Amino acid sequence: MSDLRNVSSSPHIRDKATSSNIMRDVVIALLPAAGYGVFHFGMNALIVLLLTVATCVATEYIYEKSMQKPVTIKDFSAVVTGLLLGMNLPCSTPWWMAVLGGIFAILVVKQLFGGLGQNFMNPALGARCFLMISFAGRMTNYAYDTFSGATPLAVLRDGGEADVLQMVIGNTAGMIGETSAVAILIGAAYLLWRGVIDLKIPGTYLLTFVVFMLLFGGHGFDGTYLAAQLAGGGLMLGAWFMATDYVTSPITPRGQIVYGVILGILTGIFRCFGASPEGVSYAIIFSNLLVPLIERFTVPAAFGKAKVKGGNRS
Amino acid sequence: MNSAGERLYNGIIKENPTFVMMLGMCPTLAVTTSAMNGLGMGLTTMVILALSNLIISMLRKVIPDDVRVPAFIVIVASFVTIVQFLLQAYIPSLNESLGLYIPLIVVNCIILGRAEAYASKNPMIASLFDGIGMGLGFTVGLTSIGLVRELIGSGKIFGAAVLPASYEPVSIFVMAPGAFFVLALLTGLQNKVKLNMAKKGKDVSKIQSGCNADCASCGAKCSSAKE
Repeated sequence: MSDLRNVSSSPHIRDKATSSNIMRDVVIALLPAAGYGVFHFGMNALIVLLLTVATCVATEYIYEKSMQKPVTIKDFSAVVTGLLLGMNLPCSTPWWMAVLGGIFAILVVKQLFGGLGQNFMNPALGARCFLMISFAGRMTNYAYDTFSGATPLAVLRDGGEADVLQMVIGNTAGMIGETSAVAILIGAAYLLWRGVIDLKIPGTYLLTFVVFMLLFGGHGFDGTYLAAQLAGGGLMLGAWFMATDYVTSPITPRGQIVYGVILGILTGIFRCFGASPEGVSYAIIFSNLLVPLIERFTVPAAFGKAKVKGGNRS
Repeated sequence: MNSAGERLYNGIIKENPTFVMMLGMCPTLAVTTSAMNGLGMGLTTMVILALSNLIISMLRKVIPDDVRVPAFIVIVASFVTIVQFLLQAYIPSLNESLGLYIPLIVVNCIILGRAEAYASKNPMIASLFDGIGMGLGFTVGLTSIGLVRELIGSGKIFGAAVLPASYEPVSIFVMAPGAFFVLALLTGLQNKVKLNMAKKGKDVSKIQSGCNADCASCGAKCSSAKE
């Protein structure tokens, strides 16, 4: 019997990727955009980011302790949620709003539905929309330093011209982490290189959005306008970091493409015909709700089995 | 089983229409933007529920089984019409804030449910108190939801400002999503309280509901085994 060693059930070969590794990569990838936000908007932005991260981690810890569940704050997912939430707030956010948003994200959107892997909606975006609906005035107060003005998207909507170069660099008004397209793309490139995300969701999302804006944007094939729409608002941050959230995006390859297309169309509809110039966050949380349905209709056929029409309904 | 006190307890606590049976969700979610609206809606429903239960119980041997639902609806609709005229005459402000939801009481599932499940099978007095109990339970549910939503969503209780002016109302609570948050929160809270009471043996309703009524083969000590 001494020859019989290490008997274990499958799987015998494990991938090195773990939740905490992936989440750590996402945090690293978010740092350029967050860092640019702090550089651009000043100390207030740093305070907002620290507050949301601290509140998210603390809420997760306290909830899991008091419910006698395993404490999962070491997997970095609460840090990612907090960072994303902070990057989706304007730098003028008062401290209590940041704390309220952090508690809402972790407690209501994530933990009450079962914690990491069970939440049906991106916690950071859920909390952002919660704050957006509750405190519309404060959430659209983009004043920083001595500058107070409209975001480039609002200017575009009113028929003005936007400076695309400034928008790509990020020298505009907006939420803390969304202004600089370059910083976000650096982070996205890191995630692509590490294999954390692939191009399916962001690619189809951005492509669909561009096609939609070509058809319905009212500017025809106007490169400047399209570039400004792509770089403006939360589209870059949303497409690369929030639409690709593992928990709330489809797991099937075909489903991811369907999901990207829906996201692009919804964002286009909200931006062209909605009441506010921005609609990325609503588009993403709305599509999050469709994910179970999308997955159900895009189940791939099991190896060796005939394809079932209309997906696997069992 | 049919005593007045037991019926009231059943309606308000044990089978509370809002928190236990989850009936009448449409007015529950829609009109509870303030405690006053919740109270008004609850009391209006209670009056209609008690009176329609009474009349249906009186007529229970006259109404043929095949047409009982249309007959119930005619009775309920008559009372709704009367109550709406009264509200228009004497409390026009409440009538305005409840709006469409008063005529919709006709199709409120609590009223039809009690008519079908209780009043059409039981004597008059018990049915009347069943209606009052269920109505009070509904009122308690709506008022407490309205109270929490009004407090958080506009910083007031029954229209009087109670929080300092520096408090910024979380206006999502007076909108539709807030109704779901508060309903879920209060339902969870009362389940917690009831479970705790059941653990301490104060409340036997949980034991009874989990029993398959076969007392001979069941070793548990419960109240029905003593009979």
